[in-house]
Amino acid sequence: MKRFTCDELAEQLTAYLDDALDQPTRAGVRAHLSGCEGCARFLDQFRATVRALGDQPPEKLSAPVRDRLMSAFRERHP
Amino acid sequence: MGSFEGGGLPPDDIVVSALRAGDEEMFAALLDTWSRGMLRVARSYVSTDHSAEEVVQDTWLAVIDGIGAFEARSSIKTWVYRILVNTAKKRGVRESRTLPWSAFERDGAPPREFGPSPDGRVGAVAAWPTPEGEALAAEVRALIAEALGRLPPRQRVVISLRDVEGCTSEEVCEILEISPANQRVLLHRARTAVRGWLAGYYEAVKQPE
Repeated sequence: MKRFTCDELAEQLTAYLDDALDQPTRAGVRAHLSGCEGCARFLDQFRATVRALGDQPPEKLSAPVRDRLMSAFRERHP
Repeated sequence: MGSFEGGGLPPDDIVVSALRAGDEEMFAALLDTWSRGMLRVARSYVSTDHSAEEVVQDTWLAVIDGIGAFEARSSIKTWVYRILVNTAKKRGVRESRTLPWSAFERDGAPPREFGPSPDGRVGAVAAWPTPEGEALAAEVRALIAEALGRLPPRQRVVISLRDVEGCTSEEVCEILEISPANQRVLLHRARTAVRGWLAGYYEAVKQPE
């Protein structure tokens, strides 16, 4: 099992959330998180950030562009 | 054929043969499902909303022309997004806003306001309020939109695809032709920067105790 400082741990979080760490590293991250309230909270904030990013309003093509593309598709397949 | 709304798109072979057969409903479903993410990605390469929409339009025209020759060496979504990225890059070069992908290190890591503080580690990382109120949620949404615009372009593309549009890391690597390690570094720097801005915001709106 690897051991981390708080700064080193913060660098691992995206890989940790992607489940891209090898077993000893993952075990080290878990052990640190279970004993360090600050890093556990940092991870919560990291997750909250990812959730907030997923909450952006959807963008849309303007109606004229969408209409133009539908016509282009139609013309291609008369 | 039923509506695709909410239910996701059918498998690629069905999508491709429907497009080749001129199925308008299928084309409309792709247009409405993918254009939002495509607009977001295009905006990382070009300077205006108008240019971004033209890039997306040109991409769909290329898809209409090219679907007959699509060879299924990648997923249809990856293929469409790669056309988009190439179109956007060319346009970005014309607008002289280029992205030297090879030099992604130069984006630099954002400063971390994270580390030992006089009153100990726990105090350094404050708890965030739950964004219950609609007003707070709207402010956070606006702040995130602004934060995305402030990120270095390569970080912006990756975080837009992964966290805003929900692509997998495999899709992002294929679309941008970068390694999983590069993808993760860019995503991590982007998330760290956005978290820092959010933390600053929550600190500023915190109720005095």
